[in-house]
Amino acid sequence: MRGLPERGSPERGSPGTRRLPTAPPRSFVWTRRVVLTLFAVFAAVPVYAMLTSSLKPLADVQGKFRWFPSELTVRPYVDIWHTVPLARYFLNSTIVASAATGLSVTIAIFSAYAVSRYRFRGRRLFTVTVLSTQMFPGILFLLPLFLIYVNIGNATGIALYGSRAGLILTYLTFSLPFSIWMLVGYFDSIPRGLDEAARVDGCGPVGALLRVVIPAATPGIVAVAIYAFMTAWSEVLFASVMTNDTTRTLAVGLRGYSTQNDVYWNQVMAASLVVSVPVVAGFLLLQRYLVAGLTAGAVK
Amino acid sequence: MSTAVRPGVGSQPQHRPQHRPRPTSRSLLLERVRRLGLPYLFLVPALVMELLVHIVPMVVGITMSFKELTRFFISDWSRAPWAGLDNYRFVIDVNRPVGAALLRSFGVTCAFTVIAVGLCWLFGVTVAILMQDTFRGRGGLRALFLTPYALPTYAAVIIWAFMFQHDNGLVNHVLHDQLGLTGEPSFWLIGDNSFVALVVVSVWRTWPFAFLIVMAGLQTISKELYEASSIDGAGVWQQIRYITLPALRPVNQVLVLVLFLWTFNDFNVPYVLFGKSAPSAGDLISVHIYQRSFVTWNFGTGSAMSVLLLLFLLVVTGLYLPLTSRRRRRDARPS
Repeated sequence: MRGLPERGSPERGSPGTRRLPTAPPRSFVWTRRVVLTLFAVFAAVPVYAMLTSSLKPLADVQGKFRWFPSELTVRPYVDIWHTVPLARYFLNSTIVASAATGLSVTIAIFSAYAVSRYRFRGRRLFTVTVLSTQMFPGILFLLPLFLIYVNIGNATGIALYGSRAGLILTYLTFSLPFSIWMLVGYFDSIPRGLDEAARVDGCGPVGALLRVVIPAATPGIVAVAIYAFMTAWSEVLFASVMTNDTTRTLAVGLRGYSTQNDVYWNQVMAASLVVSVPVVAGFLLLQRYLVAGLTAGAVK
Repeated sequence: MSTAVRPGVGSQPQHRPQHRPRPTSRSLLLERVRRLGLPYLFLVPALVMELLVHIVPMVVGITMSFKELTRFFISDWSRAPWAGLDNYRFVIDVNRPVGAALLRSFGVTCAFTVIAVGLCWLFGVTVAILMQDTFRGRGGLRALFLTPYALPTYAAVIIWAFMFQHDNGLVNHVLHDQLGLTGEPSFWLIGDNSFVALVVVSVWRTWPFAFLIVMAGLQTISKELYEASSIDGAGVWQQIRYITLPALRPVNQVLVLVLFLWTFNDFNVPYVLFGKSAPSAGDLISVHIYQRSFVTWNFGTGSAMSVLLLLFLLVVTGLYLPLTSRRRRRDARPS
């Protein structure tokens, strides 16, 4: 992540970021101040509540809400690992989300390359079908998919139901439509002359893709990867049906803090924070690429 | 291809075929197949995955909706008897409790979707336009605004569930204890208030997505337009009205559709916020179908409800896209 070059950033000479050569009028500046302050409060208060509550002793979160902890303690951050097997859930989520992201991005790159660089029968049908799967209510194919996985397991011995593999296969398709759509737009913005030059130099189509198109499309690919990872890391519905005790992911596992008579809200907040840090940090570091990728591809 | 005649080589090509073997018709055919088949080969992984996870399950789901798939047949559902349209008749019969509950859930979902999508869009566009120019603290604010969207859904919803607690929540503390707006601390996660809670949580975590998309859309507007208009004496507000908003129309068309589909199908927010039993004011359709299916173990009627939901989304999308495209074309014409 650290090695990503700054030159791919969208800020460099992009049009439209600056509206006026002169300073905007006072009415605009004041509207901006007031509105943005309100939104900043709206966005920040829940984050603040999570952060401070995760540092409170249990008594603080059981009584009336207080803006400031009566005493600061890191105790919740120690306890979260014992109350539920959080480390195992963490490992499961990491494996599932990473594998789903890697596969989804790879598959999307090849599909987008075909759609962007070739004219073939069924090209439109393919893009329309893939995009329209975004519209399917998850609830419609949850149960059939569950039955199919069970049947595949019975017929071939490949355990998809209850395994991480099943979740990986499911999640990778959730991000495919957006990824393909965005990468097609991005690849279209890369001049064809570049891959033709590579072909003249003796590259095959795959060689041209690997050596020319993928390096030129890095911001778009990074953006798609963020999206795929976030999708897999956050999913609740399929995770709650398709996992068992050993393969449970964070999305389901966090419920473990509140099944008892008492809810350990300070631990819940600490655990929420811990599971959020990887995705939020990654997203905020790489969001420039997401905007750049959207600008080049999707919103054109 | 390698034997293409180059201009200006004279009589040389005539001798070529004798020295170099011409490509046979078989290798030409192979070459053709390879060239034509290549894009399909690239699509195979995506196709296989889409078939396995989306298309086949959807077909199975539609089949299930025509079967009497009660708990007695769940272990071997292919033996379940055909039910024709019985499941559909059963779930849309508003005189029976099941149909009435589905209709109410549908109404709640429609109201929720209209309000939540409207607010998300309004917030996203407003903030993105206000942040179009550079000013101090812009990068930090952008990161702050995007944080709710970057949080995993369940974490975001759990934070709000904590804030909405009756006795120890932040919302009641502020509204009741600090501002004194309510006579009694309110219940947010049961009763009618749960609808408000649902809208607040949904908007809180989705508006940054609209913000992100509009922000990307704004970057495609050329700077010259603004410069030219400001030479002509247009102020900021006029520029927003006559340049920025019209230029955003194509982005808005897709953005609103995506927001609509996500919000209407949303399962995560109500499921994590309310747990196993959603209050009727917050009973969104996805959770409603899920609970119906797993409470009664009657997957036939559950599938029929899902199919109706899909049909509704298809109809709305099918009406929305041509209508908005036509309006866009009409508005694009110079007046």
